[in-house]
Amino acid sequence: MEDIIKVEGVAKGYGKHQVLQNLDIAIKKGECFTLLGPSGCGKTVLIRLIAGHEVPDAGKIIIDDTVVADSETGEYIPPERRGLGIVFQDYAVWPHMTVFENIAYPLKMEKRPKAEINELVMKMIEVVGMKGLDKRLPSELSGGQQQRVALARALVADPSVMLLDEPLSNLDANLREEMRFEIKALQRKFGITVLFVTHDQEVALAISDRLAIMDANGKIRQIGNPYEIFEKPADLFVFKFMGIANFVHATEKNGKFYVGNGSQEIPWEGPKGKAAKWVAGFRPSDVEIHREGPGLKGIIHRANFLGATMDYAIDVDDQSLRTEIETHTAINNNLMFKEGEECYITFKALHWFDAEQLKEVEE
Amino acid sequence: MSYIRLVNVTKRFGDVTAVDNLNIEIGKGECFSMLGPSGCGKTTTLRMVAGFEDLSDGEVWVGDRLLSSPKKHHYTPPENRNFGMVFQAFAVWPHMSVYENVAFPLRLRKLPNAEIDQRTKDALTATNLLKAANDSPADLSGGGKQRVALARALAINPDVMLLDEPLSSLDPHLREEMRFEIKDLQRKYGFSIIYVTHDQSEAMALSDRILVMKLGVMQQIDSPLDVYNNPKNKFVFSFIGVSSFTDVIWKGKDAYIKGSEHKLPSGLIVPERMKAEEMFNLASRPTEIRFTNANDPNGVRGHVIRKAFLGEIVDYLVKIGDQEVRVQIGRRDPGPEADETCYLQFLRPFWYKVNE
Amino acid sequence: MASGTIKKDSGFGIAQVILFISIAILVIFVAWPVLLILFNAFFVDGKFNSMDFYKVLTEPETFQALINSLIIASMTTVGSTIVGTFFAWLVTRTDLPYKTFMKSLFLVPFMLPSFIGALAWKMLLSPHAGYINKWFMATFNTTEPLFNIYTYHGISCVEVMYLFPFVFIQVCGALERMDPTLEESARISGAGLFTITRKITIPLVLPSIMSGALLIMLYSMAHFGTVAVLGIEQGIYNIPTLIYEKIHESAGSFASIRTGTVLATVLIVSAACIIWAQQKVLSKGHYQIIGGKSFRPMELKLRGLRYPLLFFCLAYIGFTILLPTVVIFMVGGVETYGLPLTWENLSLDNYKYILFEYDVTRDAIFNSVTLGLAAAFITMFAGVMISYVIVKMKVRGKGILEFLGMLPFSVPGSVIALGVILAWSGQFGINIYNTVWIILVSYIARYMAFSLKANSAALEQVHDSLMEASRSCGASMWQSLKDIVIPLVRPGMVSAFFLIFLPALRELTVSIMLYAPTTRTIGVAIYTLNEDGETVMSTALAGIALIIIVLGQMFINHLTKKASE
Repeated sequence: MEDIIKVEGVAKGYGKHQVLQNLDIAIKKGECFTLLGPSGCGKTVLIRLIAGHEVPDAGKIIIDDTVVADSETGEYIPPERRGLGIVFQDYAVWPHMTVFENIAYPLKMEKRPKAEINELVMKMIEVVGMKGLDKRLPSELSGGQQQRVALARALVADPSVMLLDEPLSNLDANLREEMRFEIKALQRKFGITVLFVTHDQEVALAISDRLAIMDANGKIRQIGNPYEIFEKPADLFVFKFMGIANFVHATEKNGKFYVGNGSQEIPWEGPKGKAAKWVAGFRPSDVEIHREGPGLKGIIHRANFLGATMDYAIDVDDQSLRTEIETHTAINNNLMFKEGEECYITFKALHWFDAEQLKEVEE
Repeated sequence: MSYIRLVNVTKRFGDVTAVDNLNIEIGKGECFSMLGPSGCGKTTTLRMVAGFEDLSDGEVWVGDRLLSSPKKHHYTPPENRNFGMVFQAFAVWPHMSVYENVAFPLRLRKLPNAEIDQRTKDALTATNLLKAANDSPADLSGGGKQRVALARALAINPDVMLLDEPLSSLDPHLREEMRFEIKDLQRKYGFSIIYVTHDQSEAMALSDRILVMKLGVMQQIDSPLDVYNNPKNKFVFSFIGVSSFTDVIWKGKDAYIKGSEHKLPSGLIVPERMKAEEMFNLASRPTEIRFTNANDPNGVRGHVIRKAFLGEIVDYLVKIGDQEVRVQIGRRDPGPEADETCYLQFLRPFWYKVNE
Repeated sequence: MASGTIKKDSGFGIAQVILFISIAILVIFVAWPVLLILFNAFFVDGKFNSMDFYKVLTEPETFQALINSLIIASMTTVGSTIVGTFFAWLVTRTDLPYKTFMKSLFLVPFMLPSFIGALAWKMLLSPHAGYINKWFMATFNTTEPLFNIYTYHGISCVEVMYLFPFVFIQVCGALERMDPTLEESARISGAGLFTITRKITIPLVLPSIMSGALLIMLYSMAHFGTVAVLGIEQGIYNIPTLIYEKIHESAGSFASIRTGTVLATVLIVSAACIIWAQQKVLSKGHYQIIGGKSFRPMELKLRGLRYPLLFFCLAYIGFTILLPTVVIFMVGGVETYGLPLTWENLSLDNYKYILFEYDVTRDAIFNSVTLGLAAAFITMFAGVMISYVIVKMKVRGKGILEFLGMLPFSVPGSVIALGVILAWSGQFGINIYNTVWIILVSYIARYMAFSLKANSAALEQVHDSLMEASRSCGASMWQSLKDIVIPLVRPGMVSAFFLIFLPALRELTVSIMLYAPTTRTIGVAIYTLNEDGETVMSTALAGIALIIIVLGQMFINHLTKKASE
């Protein structure tokens, strides 16, 4: 598939603060691509550069084979001529216009005939499930409905790419879940390319064909599909960023790896490569807990009943780790532990990381 | 063993009954949670116990002290109830240092200076704030501020601690940490807690017993595990976790999920009391359903309309007849792809009448 | 997609032009006159001379005016703060009956221009001719008046009556926004309501009280009307009245101009200090006391005091607002001043006369209305542009504009008037002295602050993304301004318009220094007629002014209510 957006060697800074440096990204036509990173990592700056609300200090941006910004030649196409649809975090629906007027605005700017505008807008209103609300003002709509208006407005002029900047973060949890599926469904329906920016890993995993993980310094750590990112993290930062993570320090003695400074060997194949110190990383769901061995012997430090899940904090020698187990499974398998009880754990998956990397994420 | 007693407590605002004839007994040293959506009357109840709201009817007792009774024209103002209370928005006084905030209730009690100092320091030590004693609360994080509020409530060594959504202004990570701290403090000081929250996992993790409320009416009072295992009605079931309610139609001797031609498998036993109904609900939790194969006699045939990989879990929406069921499985568990036919096994079905 | 490229830096862009115009407006109207004052105060014959500044300052007359300003401002500030805080507490923290109504009643004094109030009190409490004093002396058969309004106390009391809402509004706002759990947590800690008020509530709203108090201090220091009406006869001058006297009497001699500029410099410096202190109080002491669930705050049960206190509030309003207003309208209706206020002596003849026949008052009304409209229009548009640059635009050199934008807030009226005289009476090629234009210029300078405040508040509500969204929808920058920004700031512009138009109608401090026989404004006409002994005509005009002000205010209230719906 051909690349519809190409960002080549782009840099952007504000005063002394360098947000992006020498950044390359290529987004394929028709895919849903997500930029995922902690807040303040520069992902919003990147989307603003692509939209044309900012000008890059270095590098160039190409949309649909047209150079829209090039720092060397000084070429710059203003946002209104880039043919993009954008949805903002705060919706940015215009409060003085009705739902209809908001959605019709991009078509009016293209000077389409009235009848056509009317038809397209009404169709769009129906697609986003807002039928009958076309005469409402945004102040009479809920947050979710406003976001639908913003989506409709971004889609109505049939843009080549739709950019979404944290569009769900102002919505409550239920609505967020619902909207992410709706966005995905709209993308499929229109076959449009989507560039999605978020700091929420769950949304990113649910919605994306591919995603890029950015760190706090605006550097891209890994690009891949959701499965690759989650199961084959390129480094410790990506691993930690994608969900709850346990890290257990290991000591090497004669090629064998032991938990902390203790004498229990970690029941997993040792690391390859070189590092002064190693840590084992695994997710709560990678831990299996048993009443009896084999496995690492531990003590239940805290047992927390959270409703659908039991949450255990377990001390294994001088290290501690967390695991979760579904309550009904725990009840059925006699795994409802009390604090202070002994337990045994084994692993379903485990990743080795250089302990040096831990310093970075613990800052 | 009951220490705090609410007897027929009722609160009316004009025509609206915010709390309806509530009877609760809370033991000494017990952690008791009031759980419900906003507007269910839990906060109003707490404020009646604190003395910030008058009762329309009923009585509030602590030990052998009658605190409020409109019938007997008795009302002890909040300042004389000797409770500790922590609010959602921290409510630490920004014009006083951390130390002065905590010492304030002790100064009001005109204790000797040495004792004030000792008890303030004790409370600050218990909440890990001793180092910040001379700081202004404005310099503390949300968690720090809430610790000051806790220390201030602890300083007078109260018998009863009232907590009004104390963690909901904190970020999720901190919320968990503070939850443990509150629990530890209770173990150490032995006060009773009345805890108001809308977050079911918080209530589950912290409480000895939970009261679930809806529109001012008590729905269930039980231990967390009992509330989870035996939700008394549809509302309780839906409030304490993600849930799907599926319409089931009873046709004489077999049950059909609405819109489906396949009758429910014999493994799903419909309780007798449902058989008088034309239609009732099969209630399920997404994590308590498993994918099985066509040969499983307990399998219910459905169609995957959506699959989303969310990392630890994979989230499905499955259509059975014209009903939709939410299913979540672990990322390693076997599951079908989107748009495939699938078979569901309900591991823990609950049955409710439609208007229960 | 349209291809075709635009060069990134097209040299001298539209943004720079707008910035330049904005800076030019503020420099010409505000900064330049102020600089001229400072220059004239410190430079004698083109040389820096601070000794002479000191000499002028310590002349007995000048020094006394300084002291007087300070005394009156201090008493007014203390009085207003006590009155404003007390009433604010009463309507927000007690179960006083009809609280919402009472709250709006306490804002009414804002509508009564204080020099008109002063005029009324002069008629009521002047030592020998005042109605109350005359009645008192006749009833109790004494020659000692009940209260002499021509004193420091009298002047301060009148100022308190019309200025306390500054504190009232600030404190009410703070008390209403304050998180009730701050007080509740004190209560559960064991504190009674009195202790809570003393130890928690008052300390927490102290920054708001202080900021309101400083605002009154600033206002009173630079206040002309009340002192002019009640003080000058007894030789009590403050800074603005002395500046006026100097400029007026000696018809622009160099010595009097110098005294004026020195006094004005003192005003500028005090204003700067007060503004600085206010910013300090607000930024440093402003506690984060908003938040959480909203309950009604605890209310002190007044029990037996409920109705007595309500009566007290009503009596206060009756005494300070109703009584003076009634006096104005009645005296405005009698044939000659001094006649007893009986029905037989009252008629509408005077009102008819000043509205339709008497050219002094007719001109004054016409002048005030046209000046007000013109100033409001110009300042509104200039304000939108300047605010837009400050709030929204990213251009180099914006810092200068931000600094200049602060100036209008801290330059008192009499300073502006004096500065405008220095700048526009021929020394620099343009002489508009003695024309309406000079008044217009000074109004623009005086009311720029209001326009900047209203418009930047409105613009801050217009989030950047609204404009970016329209750009992404295919609208150019100008198209976006027209379709999105302007419609959204329109309410701000309208409110700026009225915030300027209404005060301009009753303006006195500036106009009094700039008027010529044919360019009197309403305020000037009321004041000069009163000076000339035409008390009846003066009060009748004051009555008309009050009606216009009340109607205007009602119109604004109607508009804002509609906008908020």
